[in-house]
Amino acid sequence: MAPSGMRAIIVGAGPAGMRAAQTLVAYGVHPVVIDEGDRAGGQIYRRPPAGFVRDADALYGADASKARDLHAMFDSLRDAIDYRPGTLAWNVAGDVLHVVRGGVADALPFDALILATGATDRLLPIAGWTLPGCYSLGGAQVALKAQGCAIGRRVVFMGTGPLLYLVAHQYRKAGVDIAAVLDTSPLSAQLRALPDLAVRPGFLLRGAKFRAGLQAAGVRVENAARPIAIEGDGEVAGVRYRVGDAERHVAADAVAVGFHLRSETQLADLAGCPFAFDEATGQWRPEADRDGRSPRVGVYLAGDGARVLGADAAEAGGRLAALAALADRGIGVDMGEVGRLRRRMATLDRFRRGLATAFPWPADLARAVADDVILCRCESITAGELRETAIAKDAPEMNRTKALSRIGMGRCQGRYCGSAAAEILAQVRGVPVAQVGRLRGQAPVKPLSMGTAKGKES
Amino acid sequence: MKAQADVIIVGGGIMGASAAFFLARAGKSVILLERGLVGQQASGTNFGNVRRQGRYLHQLPLSNRARDIWLRLPELIGEDCEFLPSGHLRVCYTREQADKVEAYANDSRAYGLDLEMISANALRDRYPYLSADLVAGCFDPTGGHANPRLTAPAFGRAAVRAGVDLRENSEVTGIAKAGEDFVVEVAGQGTLRAPVLLVTAGAWGGKLSALFGEPVPLTTHGPQMAVTEPLPYRIVPTIGVSTPHVFETVYFRQVERGNVILGGSTRGPASNDTNRAAVLPDNFLGQLEQLRRVMPAFAAVNVIRVWSGVESYLPDDMPVMGPSVTTPGLYYAFGFCGAGFQIGPGVGEVMAELIATGSTTTPIEPYTIARFAGG
Repeated sequence: MAPSGMRAIIVGAGPAGMRAAQTLVAYGVHPVVIDEGDRAGGQIYRRPPAGFVRDADALYGADASKARDLHAMFDSLRDAIDYRPGTLAWNVAGDVLHVVRGGVADALPFDALILATGATDRLLPIAGWTLPGCYSLGGAQVALKAQGCAIGRRVVFMGTGPLLYLVAHQYRKAGVDIAAVLDTSPLSAQLRALPDLAVRPGFLLRGAKFRAGLQAAGVRVENAARPIAIEGDGEVAGVRYRVGDAERHVAADAVAVGFHLRSETQLADLAGCPFAFDEATGQWRPEADRDGRSPRVGVYLAGDGARVLGADAAEAGGRLAALAALADRGIGVDMGEVGRLRRRMATLDRFRRGLATAFPWPADLARAVADDVILCRCESITAGELRETAIAKDAPEMNRTKALSRIGMGRCQGRYCGSAAAEILAQVRGVPVAQVGRLRGQAPVKPLSMGTAKGKES
Repeated sequence: MKAQADVIIVGGGIMGASAAFFLARAGKSVILLERGLVGQQASGTNFGNVRRQGRYLHQLPLSNRARDIWLRLPELIGEDCEFLPSGHLRVCYTREQADKVEAYANDSRAYGLDLEMISANALRDRYPYLSADLVAGCFDPTGGHANPRLTAPAFGRAAVRAGVDLRENSEVTGIAKAGEDFVVEVAGQGTLRAPVLLVTAGAWGGKLSALFGEPVPLTTHGPQMAVTEPLPYRIVPTIGVSTPHVFETVYFRQVERGNVILGGSTRGPASNDTNRAAVLPDNFLGQLEQLRRVMPAFAAVNVIRVWSGVESYLPDDMPVMGPSVTTPGLYYAFGFCGAGFQIGPGVGEVMAELIATGSTTTPIEPYTIARFAGG
């Protein structure tokens, strides 16, 4: 028990979770850190399994020193925290977090729960996206970072968002043949976003360099691309797309797709955090004040799991959330630091708005998905079945649509199909997308083995 | 929209939706009021067991009547609601319980059930995936399962096609009797009138019966439901453990697309104020233990989702069904104690018959609200 007597749990050991842990430790708290991964780092600073030989420069490029510092800092906390790797937080009920590790369940009561759960790719269905060889951008990056594997020999990167250029750049550096980079966003949007993006000149410059580097290497980089189909007979053979009136084809044996990111919000939902619709990104997100304090007492949100702001903001957000949790327990915190972090977050939030302008979610593409394309991969439900259900069975919102059509009912609970399903439903019903609501999160957050044994109550 | 009808029904679960459907077919004008969407609570979140086996003997005539409707769903309402009459198997851990099950098999024969006792050895031959610890089973070839999420909404749509004025998102804020008519206030819609009022409001039914001087000791609970990832289709019948110990009472069924639906062992909390019911993590983990006990291979399977809904219970484990004692024109069908799904369409038909003709050929006397009179 910490000197303060505060029972704090952090879920996630990416930049937000690691900084939250460091901050709590600095104030004498002994937090539990739940990490689904086997080694702390999260996604952007993911560490390969022990025994892998690629060094930080190869893995993290320009972020290598940040990665090294974070990993070293977190490793130094070892004796001051209760770090639980390989652990799934599968439910929150009341003020108790439920976890499972190695097939044994545990129940952890908390005074403060800091959710630093990160983000996953935001996806939309494209004809052929279920072919072997089609990956998410994040998945393609994990393969390279964690395992030193590429998803194919000749890869198309398609979608939009900063990750599109970053992963293509990382693959090119790793020696993979880049067939094309197909950005659904028009260049004009990226130019329009420049004033907001310029608040982080270094980051902006790096993105421009990735793009220039790819082009200099002869890679086809297209803007305002509209995917038509991922083609192949049993596996990916190429991508057909349109730019303006011209239809084009590029041969490839793998495709990485993603349309920026979506927050992992299931735990916040199960904890009872209220959600609000964010018009800029067209997504629902858990409500929180500027420090990450949710209206649900005792629950704090940090990093991309709260708002997709990237790794640097996640570090600041993790610290702020920890300071908020401390302050709420009556612990005097360094208000100077709070002020500095808030200013930093304000700058980064402007950058986030810039990214939303530069790489808009292509709602029109989601709405145009053909009837025969599989929308819900887990349950094999097509876009046409969703449209038919919404009309014939009169489903006015997402959860009713799920009950009647099975959309989002499977393993992923709508992580893959939810954004596109909402667009299609909104279009069919003739209402704004916010009006069709959002899929409620349900435990377990990820599939849970029926072999799970009850553990001791902690 | 007219503000007057022959019958106003409050509560759009499977009871209310099917009663509306059958009343409309009997020529009555009906307004069906549902405060959310049809079939969202107990009707839509239950296990989906379409079983007669194990019901109280006095309920079997009602259950038999419901079975006839289940078999005719496509012709009646235009869809089968995934009803699969694949059999219903009860299994026992003790000889003592097997004797009770056998006695039930004998007693229920007079009500038209034809249950088959299965020895331990035969159980292993026919259902090799079940635990070797089971001493006996009892099989009803006419049982099976259906999809609760689809059923009440399907009755609701069929009712609308039959002429029912179905109003979802319509919350009743007051009910009074004025002369011959019930005057029902609906938030944002003003007042509606009808000479007959049917309360099929599930967990909310007790608040309404209390308005007419007939309070009932209704409590709310939530079923603890879960579903696995899809697996090859092997488990054909609905299977449940028969035991005097509530925590051992688990059941499961596999849908043809592969997922196994799981339930039982315990109930969870539910609120008819917030409309929410929870699956308690401890209940769920205990349920898994019991499921592994009856089918050890479950240990290798993943659960992908749990859910619950607001169900209503009465202390004698029987519903309230029939006319009001205090108020002419008022009828009740609520409080089905977690066992209303199979009989639901039968309840709808019986209530429609009762309202349209003044009597019913199906005995429902044990369920009269008069049994709670005088507290």
